[in-house]
Amino acid sequence: MCGIVGLYLKNPALEPRLGEMFAPMLVAMSGRGPDSAGFAIYRRPADDSTIKVTLQSTAIDRDWSAVQESLGAVGDDILVTPNANAAVVEIKAGEQEIRDVLEKEHPDLRIMSIGHSIEILKEAGLPVDIVAQYGLVGMSGSHIIGHTRMATESDVTTEGSHPFSTGMDLCLVHNGSFSNHNRLREVLRRKGIQFETDNDTEVAAGYLTWRLQEGDALEEALEHALRDLDGFYTLAIGTKNGFAVLRDPIACKPAVMAETDDYVAIASEYQSLAHLPGIESARLWEPEPARVYVWGEQVAA
Amino acid sequence: MRNFDCDLHSVRELNQALHDVQSDGESFNVLNVKGQHALACGITHNINVSLQGHAGYYCAGMHQRGTVTVHGNVGVGVAENMMSGTVHVTGNASQSAGATAHGGLLIVDGDAAARCGISLKGGSIVVKGSVGHMSCFMAQAGTLVVCGDAGEALGDSLYETRIFVLGEVESLGAGCERKTSTAEDLSILSDLLAKAEIDIDPAQFAQYGSDKSLYNFSVDNAVLPEVSR
Repeated sequence: MCGIVGLYLKNPALEPRLGEMFAPMLVAMSGRGPDSAGFAIYRRPADDSTIKVTLQSTAIDRDWSAVQESLGAVGDDILVTPNANAAVVEIKAGEQEIRDVLEKEHPDLRIMSIGHSIEILKEAGLPVDIVAQYGLVGMSGSHIIGHTRMATESDVTTEGSHPFSTGMDLCLVHNGSFSNHNRLREVLRRKGIQFETDNDTEVAAGYLTWRLQEGDALEEALEHALRDLDGFYTLAIGTKNGFAVLRDPIACKPAVMAETDDYVAIASEYQSLAHLPGIESARLWEPEPARVYVWGEQVAA
Repeated sequence: MRNFDCDLHSVRELNQALHDVQSDGESFNVLNVKGQHALACGITHNINVSLQGHAGYYCAGMHQRGTVTVHGNVGVGVAENMMSGTVHVTGNASQSAGATAHGGLLIVDGDAAARCGISLKGGSIVVKGSVGHMSCFMAQAGTLVVCGDAGEALGDSLYETRIFVLGEVESLGAGCERKTSTAEDLSILSDLLAKAEIDIDPAQFAQYGSDKSLYNFSVDNAVLPEVSR
């Protein structure tokens, strides 16, 4: 099982309504994934010299001022915006300096996403609760992908929840299972990719990170994924300016897409799309097996 | 004609109302179906049910005698295990349309995705558009008519079943071969085309069927691991 959903707005006038349009899409997939849920929202892009990091604490009442202070040593213009047990930090600093200082001084914090626009928020629990916890309905943005998880091959934890970050402004959600993830994880570890869990999707995320580091454009990385990832999958990949969709060659994991002049949406089931404005006249189709779909500008490595 | 609004009632209530029908001939108009699963399942009376909008998974499953018309697309497994009657989809169908149908007629005005007619056991399926890969996989009896093209591995692991395709076939699966249509074959095809209101000369369709090579176990088909050879 598991449910995946994504919404990319072609009409910028709808951006203030992104969260409101998307929340019912995620909640509609509760039956496919009641164990955990999460989303990656792309909004309020920072300027080129500013990095946006989403941090998550295990404590709901985390004191973020200490984090602000530590990061002050490595960067300027820090803005910390807490949201439940998470916080979005915007800072003019290098990615590695940020990672180093957080690892050393705040090892309890987890970096959920890093980029200029992406914010990943996820947690174990029912989708409806996660939507409420992070105030998704009120969020504006340009595009968003999300996931509801029915755990099969690894634990029900926040770490095992989707989306998985795959690099700057990139993330991945997955419905299915990979059969060669243990072997591939070892191969990728030797290439310097780090893993935090036994989760198979994290391996796919790590695989894409590695391909992009090797210089692939996103589309090329996904073509390579078709060759190297063995298993059943429908993947949605969030990119800085849009999203991508890929199904395995057998395509037994469901996916349906809808496109109007205003948006492109993907969901595991049509039920998630039924409430969207103009859906009655939208172009509806199932993405073809083993074909890479990309919306928005392509993201170079 | 009875109207039934899925915004006001659950799918279970809908199906119960359809099962509680006392006599043949009633008509139901079902509104706001919104992609819900298992709509209009288990009908046994000769009734007419119109679903307004796109349906989810396993719509009109285990169908007998009546007619279900979906004015929209359907999700996975429409008319699964249909026994008799008619199911008509005006849009496209997702995977495994008409799976394991023993009888009856499924008409899809648009395309049907992968594995259309998987394990077909005697039912008839007419697709006015194209079908996806592995259609009629392991089918045992019945008829599939495709007015468009067929995807990879058509009729893979076929036992029996008549498959008619008007357009291109990307590839045939194991145990499936091109056949020469007999008068009986053409008569079955012509009857189905008439029922689906399709005006195409039956002689233009290419027919495919079982080469019977998979009827018996063949040790040569067993693939042994490299190390044990």
